[in-house]
Amino acid sequence: MATLERDLRAPAAGRRFGFVLDRPEWLGPLMIAPAVLYIVAIVGLPFLLALYYSVSDISMGRRTLGFVGLKNFISVIPTSKFQTSLQNTFVFAIVSQVLVIILANILALALLKEFRGKWVVRLLLLLPWVAPISLGTIGWLWILDSIYSVINWTLEAFGLITADGWPMYLGKPYLAMGSVITVHVWRLLPLATVIILAGLTSIPKDIHDAAQVDGASFWRHHFQITVPLIRPILLVALLFGLVFAFTDMVVIFVLTRGGPYDTTQVLASLAFFTGIQGGDLAEGAAIAIFLFPLLLAVAFVFLRIARRSEVT
Amino acid sequence: MAAGTGRRWGLRVGHFGVVGLFTLFTAFPFYWMLVTTFKRTSDLLKRGNNPFVYNEAPTLENLRVLFQETLYVRWLVNTALVGVAVVVITLILAIPAGYALARLTGRWGEQLGIGIFLTYLVPPTLLFIPMSRVIGDLGLQDSLWSLVLVYPSFTIPFCTWLLMGFFKAIPRDLEEAAMIDGLSRFGAFVKVVIPISVAGVLTVVIFSFTLVMQEFVYALTFISSVRQMTVSVGVPTFLVHGDVYFWGSLMAGSFIASVPIAILYNFFVDRFIAGFTVGAIK
Repeated sequence: MATLERDLRAPAAGRRFGFVLDRPEWLGPLMIAPAVLYIVAIVGLPFLLALYYSVSDISMGRRTLGFVGLKNFISVIPTSKFQTSLQNTFVFAIVSQVLVIILANILALALLKEFRGKWVVRLLLLLPWVAPISLGTIGWLWILDSIYSVINWTLEAFGLITADGWPMYLGKPYLAMGSVITVHVWRLLPLATVIILAGLTSIPKDIHDAAQVDGASFWRHHFQITVPLIRPILLVALLFGLVFAFTDMVVIFVLTRGGPYDTTQVLASLAFFTGIQGGDLAEGAAIAIFLFPLLLAVAFVFLRIARRSEVT
Repeated sequence: MAAGTGRRWGLRVGHFGVVGLFTLFTAFPFYWMLVTTFKRTSDLLKRGNNPFVYNEAPTLENLRVLFQETLYVRWLVNTALVGVAVVVITLILAIPAGYALARLTGRWGEQLGIGIFLTYLVPPTLLFIPMSRVIGDLGLQDSLWSLVLVYPSFTIPFCTWLLMGFFKAIPRDLEEAAMIDGLSRFGAFVKVVIPISVAGVLTVVIFSFTLVMQEFVYALTFISSVRQMTVSVGVPTFLVHGDVYFWGSLMAGSFIASVPIAILYNFFVDRFIAGFTVGAIK
């Protein structure tokens, strides 16, 4: 009854603009436009500005915006600070991603099995990803403290180190890099694990059954059947991880501020210290721009994956 | 037979060990925050003390300091305000866009959808320098409005993508029936599709809110006065005075702001992962 009534009223009410509300070719763009415009204004324009800043002489508190060509790059690239940061960025991102992918595969395989209390375990495993990263890292700052580290206390209690031989996790170059990588792995492991787990559970069961009937060993089964099937999803996990690792500065900012002696400085944190804290916007932008080619590569691979999965 | 059960037990213990070790790794920092929250400073800062037990009686002093002597509550309120505003903006823009991409645009919409999603991957560290200048020119330096303006730049792309997947899963018959009943396409979307999409909308709300809580780089860049900070920046920068760390309060502040939202988020994580993996799972 109610629908019949509406049937009579609705067309009359909306007739004048009715065609807009009914025709997909009008309504579609109209509904997308606000979101696209917002993104263009808030991501697109600043991005173009970032490109221009890197070839300008802008700085905090100065109103000029003159074109200086490649001057910023020429003055930044030869500095040892920049070169160390560039190198650290790659070490940090690649080592942490290799670890994340290996560990996430092991963990995802272990979670494939049903067991009691799985939901609690899942909640605990997801914590590092869901909690604000700056706050989670504060927990690590305390765990890795130079004088009161619980890790060192435990190692000493087991007789593995002596009281005056406590490692300073955040104060020694290699240890500091190791600590920063560990915390980053801690943070990204949950995401990679659930993505890979989603891939594993999407494999039809009869494929596994067939492999079992053929008598494939666990390793053969895993590397010759499972891994090829979840390869696209492994790539997705890897790409997200790489983007987050290459461009992140939160863990480093909270734990070491790039120290000791810039041994954990990465491009993102160097851009922050130069551009925002140091006030040299142009040089900061020139440093940050180095993150861009990497993102392009990632976007390219992602698009290829998306396209391929549509075709097949 | 005996060897078979032995092997089974071995596998089971191994499985338990692997899961246990990983859980210890991921959860320990949060457990440690909780333990430290109730410890007296004199207990914390005595090197010989066993850190795993309470050598002195537990105390609520750290919590008192956190809530009464710092701006922690203010930071929580700030975060909530920004969160609510960002969620509203995100919903208003992402719901129509997600629907249009799912239903109205066909082939070019799919490309556009991927394009929108990719902007989610543009990191704050690439944009924060020009943005700090733009925010300054708009007179929003040190104002929560700067965050309200900028945060949708990462919530809209992901939520549009997520909602697109969600709307695609709704049977077309429902809207078509409503349109035969006389509603326009848009009317069917408002009166039929949105009401049955509560689960999808709720996912987007939770997801946007969590992203706002987690954001650090923009908040650190735009906000310098203590009263305007969000919790993710206030705790790490202002509970440390010079070289003095108030570990008890720091840990309490970190724990309170991270674990409850994590538990809530846990209920929605499957949908969230579905968003990440669209296109890669066949």
